[in-house]
Amino acid sequence: MTQKGLKAGARKKRRMYLLLTSLAVLGLAVVLVLSALEDSIRLFYDPTEIVEKGIKPGQNFRLGGLVAEDSYEAQEIHDILVNKFDVTDGNETVSVVYKGLLPDLFREGQGVVAEGSMNEKGYFLATEVLAKHDENYMPKEVIDSLKKRGEWQRTQTDKDGAS
Amino acid sequence: MIAELGHYMLVLALGLAILQAIFPMIGAYRQDGRMMMIGQPAAYGQFLFSLAAFAALTYSYIVSDFSVAVVARNSHSLKPMLYKISGVWGNHEGSLLFWVVFLALFGALVAYFGRGLPKSLRARVLSIQAMVGVGFYLFMLITSNPFERLPNVPFEGNGLNPLLQDPGLAFHPPFLYLGYVGLSVVFSFAIAALIEGKVDPAWARWVRPWTLLAWVFLTIGIVLGSWWAYYELGWGGWWGWDPVENASFMPWLVATALLHSAIVVEKRDTLKSWTILLAIIAFSFSLLGTFIVRSGIITSVHAFATDPERGMFILLFLALVIGGSFLLFALRADKLRAGGLFAPVSRESGLVINNLFLSVAAAVVLYGTLHPLLSDALFGVKSSVGAPFFNLVFGLLMIPLVLVMGLGVHLKWKRAPLKGLGRKLKAITALSLLAGLMTLYVTYGGEIMPVVWMGVGVWLLLSMFQELGSRIKLFQVPFKNSMSRLMRQPRSSWGMSLGHLGFAVGLIGIVATSSWNLEQQKVMNIGESMTIGDYQLTLDDVVAVAGPNYSAVRGIVSVTSTDGNSFIARPESRTYISSPMTTTEGAVETTMSGDLFIVVGDTQTSGRWAMRVYYKPMQVWLWIGSTIMVLGGIFSLSDRRYRIGSPQGKKKTRSVAHAV
Repeated sequence: MTQKGLKAGARKKRRMYLLLTSLAVLGLAVVLVLSALEDSIRLFYDPTEIVEKGIKPGQNFRLGGLVAEDSYEAQEIHDILVNKFDVTDGNETVSVVYKGLLPDLFREGQGVVAEGSMNEKGYFLATEVLAKHDENYMPKEVIDSLKKRGEWQRTQTDKDGAS
Repeated sequence: MIAELGHYMLVLALGLAILQAIFPMIGAYRQDGRMMMIGQPAAYGQFLFSLAAFAALTYSYIVSDFSVAVVARNSHSLKPMLYKISGVWGNHEGSLLFWVVFLALFGALVAYFGRGLPKSLRARVLSIQAMVGVGFYLFMLITSNPFERLPNVPFEGNGLNPLLQDPGLAFHPPFLYLGYVGLSVVFSFAIAALIEGKVDPAWARWVRPWTLLAWVFLTIGIVLGSWWAYYELGWGGWWGWDPVENASFMPWLVATALLHSAIVVEKRDTLKSWTILLAIIAFSFSLLGTFIVRSGIITSVHAFATDPERGMFILLFLALVIGGSFLLFALRADKLRAGGLFAPVSRESGLVINNLFLSVAAAVVLYGTLHPLLSDALFGVKSSVGAPFFNLVFGLLMIPLVLVMGLGVHLKWKRAPLKGLGRKLKAITALSLLAGLMTLYVTYGGEIMPVVWMGVGVWLLLSMFQELGSRIKLFQVPFKNSMSRLMRQPRSSWGMSLGHLGFAVGLIGIVATSSWNLEQQKVMNIGESMTIGDYQLTLDDVVAVAGPNYSAVRGIVSVTSTDGNSFIARPESRTYISSPMTTTEGAVETTMSGDLFIVVGDTQTSGRWAMRVYYKPMQVWLWIGSTIMVLGGIFSLSDRRYRIGSPQGKKKTRSVAHAV
C-alpha cells in the first residue's frame, strides 16, 4: 500500500516536472515565434497598392504581377549583368532591377513574384525573383490581384491544358 | 483497352479494400477467427490489383497512348524512356495512383510480416490500413481518374516540363511517398492499439521497425529533393523553407520524435499515450503535406499539379482522419497505464526533452507555413513568412536539442549521476570551444550565430565518438579487445551511433554552407578571367552542342585554385525542342571544403557572356551526413531484435545469422 502510494507520488512529481518543462519550452517557442515574425513577415503588394499606399524606400516586401510585354532588357553595368523589367497589374506598373540569375521560367507576359524594396527613384530593387517550376506558373497572390484589377482571363491558365 | 483494364483493376482494388476494412474489424470485435482471416488475402489481392492498375498506366505512357488524357497532357513520344516512366508519377493523377499502390504494398507487408502478431491486433491494423486506402481509391475514382480517355485523340502529347526531365523526378517522389505512406502503418498500429486499449513493450517492438522504415524512406526522399533543388538553379537552393519543403519536413520531425519515444515504450513501458499521439500526428502531417502540395492553397515554388477543387476533397478526408483519430484518442487514452518510473536526470528524460523540442519545432514549422493562410483568411493581409523566420526560430530551438542529444546518449536508464558526466565531457567541451574560437577567428567580423552553431555541431560529433569509445572501452582495455568489442556491438547501437554522427556531420555542413557562401558575377569576353574565394576562373571558349531533345551552348571554363589544383568546368544552357524553354545546367565541382558552382549564359545584347559563380563551403558534408544517417537507420532496421514483426522468431534468426 505504502509502496503504491510512493509510486503514485513519484508519478505525480514526474508529471509536474514534465508539465513545467513543456510549458517552459512552449513559452520560449512562442516568444521566439512572435519576435521573429515581426521582422520576417513579407507583405505582398501589387503595383497599384504600391502607388496607392506610398511604400517607403527600404521597406522589404514582395511584389507580384505580370512581367510587362517588351519590357525586359539586360544591361551591362561595370561588367555586371543587370536585369530590368516592368511588373504590371494592368493598372499600374513598377520597374524592377535585379542583379541575380533569373529563374528559367521567367518570361514576358508571365506571372512573377519578386522580393526586395523600393529605392528613392521609384525602382524596385529585387533581392530574389521567384519562379515555380510548373509550366502554368501563376502564384495565387498574383491571380487574386489580377482578378481584383479585372485583368484576369481564364485563358491564361487554360492554354496549357491545366484543367 | 489496357487503360480500361487498369480502371477496372482500380475498382476491384477498391472492392477488396472495402472488404478488408469491414470484416477483419468485425471479426476482431467478435473474436471470430474466420472473419479476421479475410484481412490477409484481401491485402495481398488489393496490392496486386492496384499494382496492375499502375502497370496499365505505365504501359500507356511507354507506348505513348495519347488517347489517355494524363498521357497526352504530360508525355511526348520523343521523350527518353526514363522520363516517360517517371512521367507516370510527375502529375496529379499518376502520383495519387502511386500513393495507393504504396499504401496497398505496406498493407500487404503487414499481412506478410505480421504473422507473429496477435490475431486481433493484426486484423485491426489491416482494417485501418484499408480504411485509409478506401478514402484514396474513392478520391481517385471520383475526382481524378488517371485512365480517363480523350474524345479527340491528339497526334502528339504536351510533353513533360523540361525542368522535370531529371533523374531527380525518377527517384525523389517515390522515396518521399514511401516515407509518407510508411507512416500510415504506424498510424494503423496506433489506432488498432487504441481500439484494443493496450500498448505494451511488445507493441512498441512491432511498431518501431515500421517507423524506422518510414523514417529511412522519408529521409532519403527529403535529401534527394534537397539535392535536386540544390543543383537546379532558381529553385531556392538546397533548402528554402518553401511550404512544400516544410510539408515533408514536419512529418519527418514527428517521425524522428516517434522513433525515440517508441524506444522508451519498448524499454521502459512508459510514455504510451504520448507515443500513440505522435503516431497519429505523424500520419496527419503526411496527409497535410499531400494536401498542401496538391491544393495550391499556399504559394510554393515546388508545387505540381495543383487543383483547388480536388484540394477540398483531401481537406475533408484530412478532417475525417484527424478528427476521428483524435476523438478516439480522447476516449481511450486513459486506458493506457504508464509503467516504469524515471528520475529527472536519466536516458528517459533526455528522450522526453528530445521529443519536446522536436514537437515544438514541428509546431513552429506548421505555424510558419500556415501563417500566410491565416493572415489572409482572418485579416485579408497577403503576406509570406520567409527563410529568416525559420532560420532564427528553428536555429535557436535546435541548440538545446543538440545539446540534449549529446548529453542524453551518455545517460543511463532510470537514473543517471550528473557528476561523472561533467568530468567525462570536459575534454570534448574544451575541444569544441576551441573549434568555436577558431571559427570566430576565421570568420572574424561576421555573424555570431554560425560560430555558436559550429561549436555545438563539433561538440555533438565529439560526444558521439566519446560515447562509442566508452562503449567499447577504448584505451581502458587493450586496443585489440576494444576492436573486438566494436565488432560485437549490436546493429541497433551501430544505428544509434551512425544516425547521430550523421546528424552532426550534416549539421556542420548546413551551418557552413548557409553562413559563408559566396556569389560573384561578371560579364566577360572569351579569354577573360574572374576570381571567387580561392579560385580563379577563365572562360576559354563557348561552343554549341546538340542533345537528344535539346540544343545547348556550353561554356568551357578553366579553373585554378590557390593550392595549385586546376580543372575544366562545362556549364550548359539548354533550349528544349518540344516546349520552347531554356534550362540552366550549372557545372559543379565538389570538394570536402566546398562546392564551386558555375553558370554561363548569353547577355542577349553585346555578344559577351555572363558568368555567375557560387561557392558553397562544406556543402558535401550535408550529403555525406544524411547518407550516414540513412545508413544508421538501415543498420538499426537490420538488427535482429527488430526484424519486422517477428519478435517470436528469435531462435530461427539467430541460427540463420550463425549460418551466414
